[in-house]
Amino acid sequence: MPVVPFPDLSPALPEIALAGAAMALLLIGVFRGEGSTRLVSWLAVAALIGTFVLAGLVEGEHRVIGFYGLFVTDAFAVFVKALVLVGSAVAIILALNYNDEHQIARFEFPVLVLLATTGMMIMVSANDLITLYLGLEMQSLALYVVASFDRDSVRSTEAGLKYFVLGALASGMLLYGASLIYGFAGTTSFTGLARLFGAAAPPSTGLIIGLVFVAVGLAFKVSAVPFHMWTPDVYEGAPTPVSAFFSVAPKIAAIALFVRFLIEPFGGLAVEWRQIIVFLSVASMILGAVAAIAQINIKRLMAYSSIGHVGYALIGLAAATPNGIRGVLVYLAIYLFMNLGTWTVILCMRQKGQMLEGIADLSGLGRTQPGLALALGIFMFALAGIPPTAGFFGKLYIFLAAIDAHLVGLAVIGVVTSVVGAFYYLRIVKVMYFDEPLVAFDRPIATELKCVLLVTVLLTMFFILLPDPIVGGAEAAAASLFLR
Amino acid sequence: MSHWPLLSLVTFLPLVGVGFIMTARGDDASVARNARNIALSTSLIVFALSLALWVLFDPSTADFQFVEKTRWITIGGFTINYHMGIDGISLFFVLLSTLLTVLCVGASWTNVHAQIREYMISFLVLETMMVGIFSSLDFVQFYVFFEGVLIPMFLIIGIWGGPRRVYAAFKFFLYTLLGSVLSLLAILGVYFQTGSTDITVALAHNFPPDLQKWLWLAFFASFAVKVPMWPVHTWLPDAHVEAPTAGSVILAGVLLKMGGYGFIRFSLPMFPLASSYFTPLMFALSAIAVIYTSFVALAQTDMKKLIAYSSIAHMGFVTMGLFALTSEAVQGAVIQMLSHGLVSAALFLIVGVVYDRLHTRDIDRYGGLADRMPAYGFVFMCMMLASVGLPGTSGFVGEFLVLLGTFRVSTLECFLAATALFLGAMYMLYLYRRVVFGTITRDDLRGMFDLNLREKAIFAPLLILVLWMGIYPNSFLTPIRASVEHLVQRAHAAQQAAANPFVIPAKAGIHSAAVRAPDEWVPAFAEMTARKGG
Repeated sequence: MPVVPFPDLSPALPEIALAGAAMALLLIGVFRGEGSTRLVSWLAVAALIGTFVLAGLVEGEHRVIGFYGLFVTDAFAVFVKALVLVGSAVAIILALNYNDEHQIARFEFPVLVLLATTGMMIMVSANDLITLYLGLEMQSLALYVVASFDRDSVRSTEAGLKYFVLGALASGMLLYGASLIYGFAGTTSFTGLARLFGAAAPPSTGLIIGLVFVAVGLAFKVSAVPFHMWTPDVYEGAPTPVSAFFSVAPKIAAIALFVRFLIEPFGGLAVEWRQIIVFLSVASMILGAVAAIAQINIKRLMAYSSIGHVGYALIGLAAATPNGIRGVLVYLAIYLFMNLGTWTVILCMRQKGQMLEGIADLSGLGRTQPGLALALGIFMFALAGIPPTAGFFGKLYIFLAAIDAHLVGLAVIGVVTSVVGAFYYLRIVKVMYFDEPLVAFDRPIATELKCVLLVTVLLTMFFILLPDPIVGGAEAAAASLFLR
Repeated sequence: MSHWPLLSLVTFLPLVGVGFIMTARGDDASVARNARNIALSTSLIVFALSLALWVLFDPSTADFQFVEKTRWITIGGFTINYHMGIDGISLFFVLLSTLLTVLCVGASWTNVHAQIREYMISFLVLETMMVGIFSSLDFVQFYVFFEGVLIPMFLIIGIWGGPRRVYAAFKFFLYTLLGSVLSLLAILGVYFQTGSTDITVALAHNFPPDLQKWLWLAFFASFAVKVPMWPVHTWLPDAHVEAPTAGSVILAGVLLKMGGYGFIRFSLPMFPLASSYFTPLMFALSAIAVIYTSFVALAQTDMKKLIAYSSIAHMGFVTMGLFALTSEAVQGAVIQMLSHGLVSAALFLIVGVVYDRLHTRDIDRYGGLADRMPAYGFVFMCMMLASVGLPGTSGFVGEFLVLLGTFRVSTLECFLAATALFLGAMYMLYLYRRVVFGTITRDDLRGMFDLNLREKAIFAPLLILVLWMGIYPNSFLTPIRASVEHLVQRAHAAQQAAANPFVIPAKAGIHSAAVRAPDEWVPAFAEMTARKGG
């Protein structure tokens, strides 16, 4: 009986390390009790940073496939993992004080975030439908718990339950689609699938249906319209740092998975799936722009805003060219820090220990807290895509790709909805600067929040001076997807 | 001088001033004082540096000067350079921006009370953006400035504006944003045609005729809103009325010129075929703008609104002159833009003077100011006559050259536009009569005091420039000439190359007349009338 060779673990080293760290932290938490939350949180941040370094060290230049072809590490995976790790680390930092003040400081929180992050990293590196599903579920299960982490709050548990039910539905569809693909193609491997479509033979209808089902499941995860319904409720109900987390790390990972799934195995079917992506993109942009106008809760507003941003990112995917994927990655990187910054400001909106979530509560912030108002103002202009902020460059690369791929109509819809969207971002600027002060927020702002704010503001504002590192990384990452 | 990055200094020095203002600490009064002083000194230094640009400018060439070029984004195929440079067309717009910023800081010395630090920061940022627009030679860089200008202006209108400031600020922002995002797509389209975002490359490129029309329309969406042309002008009266005085000055003086500058920098030289194809449209819209807004201006009861509508009419002259595409008309249009930049800025400041004293802009509330405010009445009169286009003022030179140049192309258009000279005189003289002449009927008007030293110092340079430009326009025409002639020749050459061979002789006739040196415009006029008579 031949001995199966032991798989090469090196491509998955960061994931293994992170999973190990999560379990170790769980042990620390269990043995040291509830008082260890802060320690566990900082250790979790350290673990994420360590993983970040490790992910950078692991061969990113070349495409390495491990675990019998289930797992792939390339520049694309490394780039997205870096973004996801930053998002998770910042989310843990943001939650430190919040959880303390809301009496929900439990050591499980950072551990769950670590486990979710491990899932996201596996998603990003998936080279097989099985890995894809494994990563996605690992991420999702941890996230369901995190969403309802404030377990005594009705809103939080409701958010968790909603997220769970709809997320499970999406997973079901995805799994069904995956089984159809397997049934009609005879393989679950991305490499094998890609080889299949290299041939000129037209794909079977069953395969296309499977593809559509998987796309629907992924559209749920990235909250693209019309599969976005859970987003505003979950963002509103979940504890604010969790919403901040949801709006960046899982979203970035899911979009990256979407990109890899469509470009690598199904790149040959771009003509077939492009129309789906174009529709998702247009619908998300329009709904993100229009539905946000009527919001009075800033967390819901950010939910619709994130739906709109997914729409823009999907333009790059619809282009299905290296330029397009570069656009998606640059967009995600910029979205990460401008969004984290905005959520940090939302975390600073507290009066006498209570969180405020109304947009009207920001009235006159320009006079009561000029620094905070300036930061939020910059983020709002950035989210609206106005130069010279970083947000403009995100849109620039996306539209560049769209024009390149002759998707002019999509680009026109994109720019027009960005004008509509500018309205509600400007409304926040208006409330802060043009209106009279109503409430004064608590001071001082916690040091961690200040640091996060400072870094995100600097990145958003001065990206223009040194865009090469991010754009260069995205360029290399995008190119690695098209190496076939 | 090539070692000194003079243009970059002019562009980014205001940001250094912003940095200084931000570090100002202390109680409110001292912060305000420091902010004012820093803003004034920064803008004065910037203005002095921009004068050096004029002195060192070589008027004999149509090439870009003071060129600076370094790599900015170098990744992949999409390379963007930091590329600065000015030619004869942009030189004076840079000067206009730096001059008006100084005057705006001066004009806001006492009448802005809230958040002075932020106010001064906004104006200095605005200055950087404005100079950046006129000296950018890279599309992406240009666009960053072009759209970035919206942020400070939005804040200026919204924070320090009048009662309907929020509405006006949103309308201004969204209107202009909608236009400019379409031009972003056009910029990307140009990039894929030429393989570069460099403006100088695009200027030398021959675009295919059909693509030209699409790109022209996308740019048109952006620039027409900025100019503003009828029917997308409606943001302007609102923005002007609600903006603080200095905001109106910059809005009328510089921001409107961005549209005209866009046409002359991009639409005409890059898309000559589309430009000639769309000339009837531009002529029609310009004629409507000129006549319709003149009538609207006549009916206004708010001084600022009246001047705002007159701005639209004057900018109608500009677009008409540009698309007549003869050397005289284009030079006239540039001069008209500069003249309007000075005159409308002065008129808004004039309104601001009485508004500071009486806090109303209602024309009916005034009357007989000549008694109490003779110096004010004099300045107002000069600017009003310059706006009307009286010979000896800057307004005359611009309008005359535009009409002269347009006459060669379309007599009808010239006739329609000329009616506006008459209408313009009507509404401006009517305004002047109601505000300055007559007898004082209200008690509060009796207490009005005349221009103080600060106000005189603000109006003096404007007055001098308006008369200088009117009496000896060659100082201004000389630097502009080479660039404009190059542009017109190139555009005509491209149009001829594409045209039916049978048409060439006729076109060539217009062409050779069109490129006549502008200091011969008086003989040209004589010759033209002689030809008509014969």
